[in-house]
Amino acid sequence: MRRTVPAAFLVLSLGLTAACGDGGSGTKADSSAKGPITIWLSNNKEELAWGNAMVEAWNGQHADQKITAQEIPAGKSSEEVIGAAITAGNAPCLIFNTAPAAVPQFQKQGGLVALDSFDGAADYIKQRTGAAADQYKSPDGKFYQIPWKSNPVMIFYNKDILAKAGVNADNPPLATYDEFLATARKIKSSGAAPAAIYPAPSSEFFQSWFDFYPLFAAETGGKQLVENGKAQFDSPEGLRVAEFWKKLYDEGLAPKEKYNGDSFADGKAAMAIVGPWAIAVYGKKVKWGAAPVPTSTGKPAAEVKTFSDAKNVAMYSACKNRATAWEVLKFATSKEQDGALLEATGQMPLRADLPSTYPDYFTKNPAYKAFADQAGRTVEVPNTANSITIWQTFRDAYSESVIFGKRPVAEAFSEAAKKATGLAGQS
Amino acid sequence: MTGPLSRDASRRGPQRWVAAVLGRHPVGAVLVAPYAAFLALVFAYPFGFAVWISFHDYFFTAPGVPVDRPFVGLANYTAVLSDPAVRQAFGNIIVFLLINVPLTTVLALLLATALNGAIRGRTFLRVAYYVPYVTASVAVVGVWLFLFNSGGLVNKLLGPLAPDPSWLVSEHLAMPTVAIYVAWKQLGFFILLYLAALQNVPNELYESAAVDGANRWQRFRSVTVPAVRPATTLVVIVATITGANMFTEPYLLTGGGGPNGASASPVLLMYQRGIEQGQPDVAAAIGVLLVIGVVTVSLINRRILERP
Repeated sequence: MRRTVPAAFLVLSLGLTAACGDGGSGTKADSSAKGPITIWLSNNKEELAWGNAMVEAWNGQHADQKITAQEIPAGKSSEEVIGAAITAGNAPCLIFNTAPAAVPQFQKQGGLVALDSFDGAADYIKQRTGAAADQYKSPDGKFYQIPWKSNPVMIFYNKDILAKAGVNADNPPLATYDEFLATARKIKSSGAAPAAIYPAPSSEFFQSWFDFYPLFAAETGGKQLVENGKAQFDSPEGLRVAEFWKKLYDEGLAPKEKYNGDSFADGKAAMAIVGPWAIAVYGKKVKWGAAPVPTSTGKPAAEVKTFSDAKNVAMYSACKNRATAWEVLKFATSKEQDGALLEATGQMPLRADLPSTYPDYFTKNPAYKAFADQAGRTVEVPNTANSITIWQTFRDAYSESVIFGKRPVAEAFSEAAKKATGLAGQS
Repeated sequence: MTGPLSRDASRRGPQRWVAAVLGRHPVGAVLVAPYAAFLALVFAYPFGFAVWISFHDYFFTAPGVPVDRPFVGLANYTAVLSDPAVRQAFGNIIVFLLINVPLTTVLALLLATALNGAIRGRTFLRVAYYVPYVTASVAVVGVWLFLFNSGGLVNKLLGPLAPDPSWLVSEHLAMPTVAIYVAWKQLGFFILLYLAALQNVPNELYESAAVDGANRWQRFRSVTVPAVRPATTLVVIVATITGANMFTEPYLLTGGGGPNGASASPVLLMYQRGIEQGQPDVAAAIGVLLVIGVVTVSLINRRILERP
């Protein structure tokens, strides 16, 4: 009896599972339906303030199609929470914090609505974002996300630390790899800071967006990690970027150990790779300057591309009142609301002509001008199958060869590239 | 005469059936039913589902999305077993268990024995050992990061003897450091189990041993250790199960299983594969292998520890 009962449970559960394993019946929503909708906003304080003001403005004009806004529920990551909501069928209509890297997975789950199903949607997106919009198309040629805002990353430096290290703090030599390394060595050897730069050396898949990828985008003139189903990071350009970072780690200019806090704010690192959000965060604490990410030959600043660190808006398939959701999407990404977002958060709306659309803002806030210019030259993560697995594969190879030097970079990258190409080719 | 007899026989029929299904005391079965239902719903069904998923090409979808989930036999298991990262994670967890379980068991028994004696500040010490267990992992991990990073307190005390690379970024030291951290964090709970067991050891046994001339160590070895053997079995099995399911420490303390996968655990990989990367079928196969491993180790432990 002692053994029969657990065995019976197991058999019963397997039986139930087999019976219930496949999904239920289809739910079709009408793309012309109007009515109240729910949206999720990022829990970032400034973004939340913008979101609530936007909702209030919409609700004031649409009594029969009210928006209920809430913060994305807490979880280890927003993507995890959104993935669970898709599976449970209780995702909201719109999420104003959809990571482009997660879009292929959400699409595979059947969790997203192709925006092309609304009249004029593709034209609206292209008109607003320009040629950069193509980076956000899925492999089937449709838009499952509207490019919303970017945080183009640049090198942020602490002028006081550079001056202490004997480096020209107003115009530090950081354009080429050699210049960057020489500056980094001065910082370290002078004792001005324990680290020249301190990107997180940990293994999470997204960490490469803030060390390797911006420099890869710059060095290649705008290539993505995977293009046309083929991994690009084992190219000569990719290897040059990796060898640059390897030198920083080998010489102790970038630490291999995770910092418990904010190394730049604490004065433990002289430089950081950050987006425009950093101006508000460090602005009063640190005397800072910004420069484009380095390239091997020192490309002119106006030609340097970088990683966008964009967050977009997507419509989720659990949405019933999709026509309202689409109208809200257009309202929230209008010129007026984009301006309000820029004003409230300093993040760059993904608009083709950003500096000329909001000239007053950039005259009033010149610190943001460099980021606005950079926003016009950004590279997105590839919209490809198994996107996150590819990033994790790359990160593992990068950790092994670049950070910890356990294998030659070329060998580790070549192996990872074969795997990434295979993953990109799967449906 | 025949009438009553046949009536008894007809009553005994259903009674026998009830007895066969519910046992000789049906009330007991009724009392157990809520927990059995809980067990079926929260443990047995998800476990069965995981086993089912591990034999299929499965990914999570929105309700109503028509997808094929073909039976793939052992393909997920083959993929998992041929993945060097998974093999490394299972190797890491074996290293972890070999350090953590004996350390936890020995320290918990020694400290419980000390705390069971009449020592000053006993209540304070009992609470002090329990505090790390009830404190949120995130907060405790933060403290350990400050203690064990390159410029941390431990390395400052060690001076020139400090390891290079430091504890949490050394491939050889990361997992042992995590094992010691987990032993320290969980010690309070296991001390509590031993303290409860020690209350049931008759004082007469110690008195007899003392009369026979046994010293303090001999009394501990010959009276205490055998007397708390059931508790030791429990401590070893629970420490093995919780240790094998480790997630928070490699996720937070070593930044996602670093350095270079040296502290990755199977459950961390399940999270990465199943939740982050959308491959619940592969994650389920890792989970099933982990369950098989943990059950096997626990049965061996039990067999060894319960041997008279």
